Amino acid sequence: MSVTTESPARTRAAAIEIDRITKVFGHGPGALTAIDGMSVSVRPREFVAIVGASGCGKSTLLSLVAGLEEPTVGTVDVGGHRVAMMFQEASLFPWLTIGGNIEVPMKVNGVPKAERRRRVAELLDLVRLTGFAHKRPHQLSGGMRQRVALARALAQDADVLLMDEPFGALDAMTRDILHDEVERIWREKSLTILFVTHNVREAVRLGDRVILLSSRPGRVIEEFEVNGRRPRRIDSAEIASQAAEITDRLRVEVSRHAG
Amino acid sequence: MPGESSVRDRQLQGLDALEQKPGEGQRVGLSARARTLWAATWPKLVAVAIVLAAWQAVAWSGWRPVYVFPGPDQVLPRIAQEITSAGFWEAVGVTMRRAFAGFALALVVGVLLGLAVSQVKILRVAIGSLITGLQTMPSIVWFPFAMLLYGISESAIMFVIILGAAPSIAGGLISGIDYVPRQLMRAGHAMGLRGVQRYTLLIVPAALPMFVTGLKQGWAFAWRSLMAGELLVIIDQQNSIGWALSQARQLNDAEQLLSYVVIVLFIGIVIDVFFSWADRSIRARWGVT
Repeated sequence: MSVTTESPARTRAAAIEIDRITKVFGHGPGALTAIDGMSVSVRPREFVAIVGASGCGKSTLLSLVAGLEEPTVGTVDVGGHRVAMMFQEASLFPWLTIGGNIEVPMKVNGVPKAERRRRVAELLDLVRLTGFAHKRPHQLSGGMRQRVALARALAQDADVLLMDEPFGALDAMTRDILHDEVERIWREKSLTILFVTHNVREAVRLGDRVILLSSRPGRVIEEFEVNGRRPRRIDSAEIASQAAEITDRLRVEVSRHAG
Repeated sequence: MPGESSVRDRQLQGLDALEQKPGEGQRVGLSARARTLWAATWPKLVAVAIVLAAWQAVAWSGWRPVYVFPGPDQVLPRIAQEITSAGFWEAVGVTMRRAFAGFALALVVGVLLGLAVSQVKILRVAIGSLITGLQTMPSIVWFPFAMLLYGISESAIMFVIILGAAPSIAGGLISGIDYVPRQLMRAGHAMGLRGVQRYTLLIVPAALPMFVTGLKQGWAFAWRSLMAGELLVIIDQQNSIGWALSQARQLNDAEQLLSYVVIVLFIGIVIDVFFSWADRSIRARWGVT
């Protein structure tokens, strides 16, 4: 693993170019700086994991990239890529079937009905939930619901996927298998993924690069290139040692906020 | 590596199978369904039998003369006789027409009011608590005013039904819209739901369960207002349940009086069963209990 102080590939066309952004919530003495002068560049088809302790502005960062919020200072450029987002909760609409949920973003994009049906079947195959189109969200397990959420995100025809701790609420076994699944779909669909987590091992398991953030305000502390060959195993020695290094650095950052 | 892919496929399938609730999607047998139906029915039958027995006992005790307080032995045959008469069906027809027309008007007013209050901040500040206040108000107090406004007419009854039911319907819609889960709004926003689609695909269906609760309550108020109205606003001898009740009182016909009381109770139960069914089926679809 090599530690880089300057992000590489700044010169090449990035899928996501976050340039010296600052995000302040509120005004006056009560104002809170969530992100302070953060720059991140993500190459097309890169899998970037972002780790940090509480208050590092991870979720704010994703909202800014998704265009759900505007930075106070700086720019976020996704270069015309379509951006989709996944959350810790699957956030499926309980009144719709699984198929109906996956159709929602296609309805937004004005995809005709026959085409929607065809793509729902295709996406369900992709997340290995063939035949589940007529089930309802509450009939599925947490892991299955997250796969539906992934299918719904992909139904937006996005090639940039933002994931906000998507497996944080799942048990270890399910999470482990879903890591394999996300990795497979990332490759098959040539996606660019920005993956936020507080689980360092998960970040090392999945990321080409791990970006470590400081807390209050969020800044980039360090970037780590992950060199392990894919597919990786979360319990391999290689991942454990890389994760340990990042965790140590994170602990230093966390103790900075003591007293 | 096709081998590895199929291994993973099997792992995932196994995990899915383990995580699904056992028995999910299994057909419930006919005998099992009959048993559930019976379990739900017999306590009701027993309760009705006890009430009838107590009623009969009081009637036979001689507490009041039988022409004032007839027992079920007289009232039940009278009901059977009433429901075969043309006059009865005319009365029920007129009353139900008023009920549905009044409820439909209250629905329109309630929905428009609810949408306006939930969307316009200043309106909410101005009349939000007024709507809650109106819900707790006995609508019968409006009748003297309604009769001054509209005279002895059906419009007076409609006016009071709307005042009774619309606040509940509006209230249900407002809380339904207010309590759309934030996380669903976030997800909808991230998927690009904007403008009209935000309403048709997200807010309206999400608000449905609370809206149905509001409808149910609104119906109860409409029905009460209508009964009060028919007793107070007697329009040109026009046959209706309320008119039949006051006629029966004037003619000291306690059998007819109690027959119609039982009919009113029965109609109330039937409509309530309908709303409860709507409520339950929505909850079942959503997986909330």
